[in-house]
Amino acid sequence: MYDLIVVGGGPAGLAAANSAWQKGLKNILIVERDKELGGILNQCIHNGFGLHRFKEELTGPEYAARFIEMLKDTGVSVLLDTMVLEINDRHEVHVISAQNGYQVLQAKSIVLSMGCRERTRGAIGIPGERPAGVFTAGSAQRYLNLEGYMVGKRVVILGSGDIGLIMARRMTLEGAQVLACVELMPYSGGLMRNIVQCLQDWNIPLYLSHTITDIRAENGRVSHVTVHKLDENRQPIPGTNLEFDCDTVLLSVGLIPENELTRAAGIEMDPRTNGAVVYENMETSVPGIFACGNVVHVHDLVDYVSAESERAGAAAAEFVLKGQREGKALELKNGADVSYTVPQKIRADDVGKAADVFFRVRRVFKNSVIEVHDGEKLLASFKREHMAPGEMEHILLPRKILDSAQGGQITISAREA
Amino acid sequence: MKELVCIVCPKGCRLHVDDENGFTVTGNSCPRGAEYGKNEIQNPTRVLTSTVRLSGGAYRRCPVKTEKAVPKGKLLDIMKELNHVEVASPVSIGQVVLTNAAGTGVNVVVTKSL
Repeated sequence: MYDLIVVGGGPAGLAAANSAWQKGLKNILIVERDKELGGILNQCIHNGFGLHRFKEELTGPEYAARFIEMLKDTGVSVLLDTMVLEINDRHEVHVISAQNGYQVLQAKSIVLSMGCRERTRGAIGIPGERPAGVFTAGSAQRYLNLEGYMVGKRVVILGSGDIGLIMARRMTLEGAQVLACVELMPYSGGLMRNIVQCLQDWNIPLYLSHTITDIRAENGRVSHVTVHKLDENRQPIPGTNLEFDCDTVLLSVGLIPENELTRAAGIEMDPRTNGAVVYENMETSVPGIFACGNVVHVHDLVDYVSAESERAGAAAAEFVLKGQREGKALELKNGADVSYTVPQKIRADDVGKAADVFFRVRRVFKNSVIEVHDGEKLLASFKREHMAPGEMEHILLPRKILDSAQGGQITISAREA
Repeated sequence: MKELVCIVCPKGCRLHVDDENGFTVTGNSCPRGAEYGKNEIQNPTRVLTSTVRLSGGAYRRCPVKTEKAVPKGKLLDIMKELNHVEVASPVSIGQVVLTNAAGTGVNVVVTKSL
């Protein structure tokens, strides 16, 4: 019987296991399907990780190594090359590996830290032929940075998410020509610093409110892409077509939390995040099962994944050592121009001084305020000079504000100041 | 007067740098922005990250970075030099694979033990 089984050994799982160990759990297992720990950080060879956490700019592998080193000083066990097939509300974890075959492991608590995966061409339905040469940006990143394959020479990138921007620079450095980065929305989905360092540094044009309307092929490989400007209803405007001769299309069109295990376990899901509904301590609707990192909601910065996952690990330790939290739950609702909140529920009685709340806004804001309402009554407001959908927002809700809510739910909204 | 977007933090302040009057920065919301603006106009630098060929390891490539930021204009020269670098497993974090990259005085080091 394990005190805790952590599903996934990426940044979220590493931080959760470390933190649970620090809080007193002794019998902890991380199950990882890859041949090494670190998850997606292993292929993110660029720098910019750890500015908050370690106050220095690390590359992805360096950031992962910091946490893997910490784990070496603990008694946490790791199963590599092992796939979790099923979990359930009895805290059983069904795993399979070439080495040990099929096993059912029993735990007192579980942390779900499976991360997310990329949306593919099929998910967004790009018209045109179906040739080779269309990759998700993350797959191309793996080919290039780990396996050592150059995926193309003339590249068009669809979507301006951070991975796409990072790959625009990476492909350019390796000698490819990146002809354009094409974004459906009127604003970029990536961090501003990546627009500057990855596109502007290399004179790669960013076409906002544009999309790919046709992909053509020669000899089974991408040969040509047509891009159109979009009207306010996101319909292509005739006559605005841009034509690109290229051999590769990279897609950076969003990430989806990987929750097959979560759904199959009957855990309550949030359609807004595609992740589990969680309480203030990252506990899901099934007592003793916690979730953290990109499997709950997609983060921009790994530093925040680590912090959230440490809370989940600590909460798993509390569950095993002290028992289930019993407080009455307050529901968090997203109001105007807020697309979701994490957590979705807060047991105010169990909150120490304040509860962390994370969310995203639906559009770009200059001087603005985030407001917390209990029905019509304003409970708190927070000023912001700048907000954008590509940048996760965070507020700290003091315990006394949570206690003052009468209606069983509070609403988080954003508006111009 | 030159315009640029500050990349020190996610806020993305629009800076105006007066390149005719001592590189005075306006539009910044913090001192770090002023410093970025001054440097970015006079001598823009970046940390370069890439990979080099690896033999005998779990993967075929070993990730590397410049130890410090290097002038932007030198990035592609360093990439050319890295094309000729090959390392053999085991390598450890911080190990130097290229000294004085493209004459910048900056070393290129391993970022993952493999």
